[in-house]
Amino acid sequence: MMLRRCYLGVLLLLAWPALAVIETYEFSDPELEARYHELSQELRCPKCQNQNIADSNAPISEDLRKLLYRQLEAGASDREILDDMVGRYGEFVRYRPSFDAKTAVLWLGPLAFLVLGGLFAFLALRGRNQGRDDHMTESERARLESMLASRTDQQQ
Amino acid sequence: MPRRLKLFIPLGLFFILSLLLFRGLSLDPQELPSALINRPLPTFSLPALGEERTLRPADVTGEPALFNVWATWCVACRVEHPYLQQLAEEGVAIYGINYKDDSAAAQQWLRDLGDPYRVNIVDREGTLGLDLGVYGAPETYFVDAEGVVRYRHVGVIDERLWKGRLEPIYREMRGETAP
Amino acid sequence: MIPELGHMALILAMCLAVMLGTIPLWGAQRGHTPSMALAPSLAMGVLVFSAISFACLATAFLQDDFSVKVVASNSNSLLPPIYKFSAVWGNHEGSLLLWVLILSGWMAAVAVFSAQLPTVVLARVLSVMGLVAVGFLSFSLFTSNPFERLLPGIPADGNDLNPLLQDPGLIIHPPLLYMGYVGFSVAFAFAIAALLGGRLDAAWARWSRPWTNVAWAFLSLGIMLGSWWAYYELGWGGWWFWDPVENASFLPWLAGTALIHSLAVTEKRGLFKSWTVLLAIFAFSLSLLGTFLVRSGVLTSVHAFATDPARGLFILIFLGLVVGGSLTLYALRAPSVGSRISFAWLSRETLLLVNNVVFVVATVSVLFGTLFPLIMDALGQGKYSVGPPYFNAIFVPLMAVLIPFMGIGPLSRWKKDSAARWRAELLVPALAALALGIVLPLFAGGDYNVWVALAIVLAAWIVLGMLRDLYNRVRTAASVGRGFRRLTPSYCGMFLAHLGFAMTVVGVVATTQYTEERDIRMQPGDVQVLAGYTFRFEDMARVRGPNYVADEARFTVLEGEKVIASMAPQKRRYLASGSVMTEAAIDDGLFRDLFIAMGEPVGDGGGWAIRLHYKPMIRWIWLGAIFMGVGGFATVADRRYRRQRVTATSNVPGAGYAA
Repeated sequence: MMLRRCYLGVLLLLAWPALAVIETYEFSDPELEARYHELSQELRCPKCQNQNIADSNAPISEDLRKLLYRQLEAGASDREILDDMVGRYGEFVRYRPSFDAKTAVLWLGPLAFLVLGGLFAFLALRGRNQGRDDHMTESERARLESMLASRTDQQQ
Repeated sequence: MPRRLKLFIPLGLFFILSLLLFRGLSLDPQELPSALINRPLPTFSLPALGEERTLRPADVTGEPALFNVWATWCVACRVEHPYLQQLAEEGVAIYGINYKDDSAAAQQWLRDLGDPYRVNIVDREGTLGLDLGVYGAPETYFVDAEGVVRYRHVGVIDERLWKGRLEPIYREMRGETAP
Repeated sequence: MIPELGHMALILAMCLAVMLGTIPLWGAQRGHTPSMALAPSLAMGVLVFSAISFACLATAFLQDDFSVKVVASNSNSLLPPIYKFSAVWGNHEGSLLLWVLILSGWMAAVAVFSAQLPTVVLARVLSVMGLVAVGFLSFSLFTSNPFERLLPGIPADGNDLNPLLQDPGLIIHPPLLYMGYVGFSVAFAFAIAALLGGRLDAAWARWSRPWTNVAWAFLSLGIMLGSWWAYYELGWGGWWFWDPVENASFLPWLAGTALIHSLAVTEKRGLFKSWTVLLAIFAFSLSLLGTFLVRSGVLTSVHAFATDPARGLFILIFLGLVVGGSLTLYALRAPSVGSRISFAWLSRETLLLVNNVVFVVATVSVLFGTLFPLIMDALGQGKYSVGPPYFNAIFVPLMAVLIPFMGIGPLSRWKKDSAARWRAELLVPALAALALGIVLPLFAGGDYNVWVALAIVLAAWIVLGMLRDLYNRVRTAASVGRGFRRLTPSYCGMFLAHLGFAMTVVGVVATTQYTEERDIRMQPGDVQVLAGYTFRFEDMARVRGPNYVADEARFTVLEGEKVIASMAPQKRRYLASGSVMTEAAIDDGLFRDLFIAMGEPVGDGGGWAIRLHYKPMIRWIWLGAIFMGVGGFATVADRRYRRQRVTATSNVPGAGYAA
């Protein structure tokens, strides 16, 4: 049933439309144009296969770009524009999820992974450093020597 | 044997991940709930189709109703149309939002296929559509007597869907219990 | 007839793979040599029959046999023959067959090039790969049969190949990518074989290292081609979108990068054994997970295959068996007591550990970001999108953390090094890198860009540190020529790959920071100036290709008064499918690309929406990736990988884990 929806059109194997979206809005201020580019790349086309509204040529994206242009020219701040878009389509439209209780884990996750990884490495290293001497067993040493001997210089 | 137990951590993490992936198989990542649920209909001031008046939210609210987004360019809307007609005959209040369409063509369509709508809001530029968060047609919004959006259905409404999922929602809006 | 032959061959390949996945494995557990000795011949058999099957499908495409469903939906009689051939893997069913073919190719390669491995190890490795092949063959046969016929009602002509795929880059992108994905199955099989045998030792690392490096090199090149294709074919001027499908190929690459470094430590020092095994499982699991994400439809992507939950369920079960099974084996058999080999804080081991931490954290973070929308949806927490702003925000700082260590790595010593030595060796490279970083952005003109300066400092740090090391090596030789000859292929490979990484860093940052872009209405006769280049729109023409018609805009580009290029972007309409496509015109150069794409006609009077791009240093991104790939291939030429095999059986005592 979803397939009959009008905007969806024909589903190709690659649903990536290769039709560049090129529009020629005239901005009153180059700074607005820069913000337009920035915001149009951060907003997701609600009815596309993972595309921002800047790259999508779906009619809905065209409308959203027009709306974005008007809002910028009317002096809206980035925050107001994003809140307004989220008000219409939900958090889904933001490629940069806002930071809140639910998304805290998303934003802090990588930092936590890094801390965990660092801790893991630190513990592994500390264990290795307790005995300064080489504790290889004789057999291990022999094998290693034989391997290293195959190259005089030992790199990587 | 705690050292050995540590080695089970990757397996445990993978198990959790595969449960999520399994759940993911039955979800549709394309299905978007409306952001407008439990919020009032956005304000608008738009012409009525084929009439010389301007419609505002107050003109179309007051009793629970369906707001059906449609257009003549929308193939699926033609599929849906006869069933809307039938619902209207059964007394369901349906308002039309004629979305980004040519008004003359829309009037012709209603003359040819019948008119299930109490009145049609002409959304020529798609501004109301944007405020509603419409991303295609057909879409149908269920709005209660206070003008608050209760549900949004995306796609064609047919008998099976109406009887199964949508009618209970409509009846609940009317304060009736499902039959 | 031919399609049925292909189908039969696929079934036979499946039967042989089932035998390969069971008999040698059983033989290895029981010490039954004749069963083990079957493995190489069975592997060759699987290759022969998958190749026949693949050839049959290719024939069906080349002969326009539209009674075959995938041919009818993905080809067309007007399609140029080369694209008829590449259309074989331009669809789900055919690409799966290519996957199977490549997997059996890797199997056969292991059978041939690792023939000198101990019989029991070879039997286990091939058997494990055989089991993986059983999974993919049954996936192909039971859910995605490429030879399905459309009978009756054979269409007169096919639906055509998606115009986006009618491109030279896309002919070789999927095979390269699959070479990489599937190549990690070799490292995986070696790891599983080692776990089964209970012998995780330096010899194991040495055997699997060249295979892993080659797979990694293929994957690097595959990803590079995909990015390059997106850049010139999509007409947006972007080169990386952090789309789930791109991430699906990038994740195994990140894990693989950690793996090739960790294998180095395991081979040279016998350390990190459990960790390396886990990474080998992880890298291949991510390849399988990528397949799941691309073909199941759980994530929305711009270039996912037409998806089907039944297929998704099949891969998920397969994924569960392979990954769940191997992680269980890992939990039961991996050595839980670390080897007691020690090393100092300041040593190459520590630096490689830092590499591993950063790459694994990067892998897990990208994976987490990619799956986040799915996780939230599955938990009923609403719909979210995670896109480029997020991934850039986490990935870029991680790489910046890595690079300071990367500069020291190549000249650090195993076991124990000293801060005093590092200071002495690296003071000059550090100051030079700083100076280059500060000075070079001045030549770019315009406002001074701090990010570019930082990127140059980091990249120069990597390169100058290596040059210092190279100088040390060459200096100590009797003559310069001798010194260079003494460098091993492993060393050269490492040098090239690190150099490539530095180039990519500079390319990415310079392109991102210095790109200039303008969307503008132009008509013949109009002139636009962008970044010092004058773009003159000469005229419009109508051209005809083999299976499309196009509007072509002809531009002349001048630098000052001098004509430097004629560019002709097109807007094509493909006859069979009616789809319209932008074909950008690109004038490429080592230091800058000029890019013109056409949009829609605007207004009356012959005006068009035109996009002009000035993209400095963008080639460096892909050039760097090519260096990385070539570096990966170069390491394989190392003599120790050939010499060791002969003696491997005799001089490896059972020093690993004893069950």
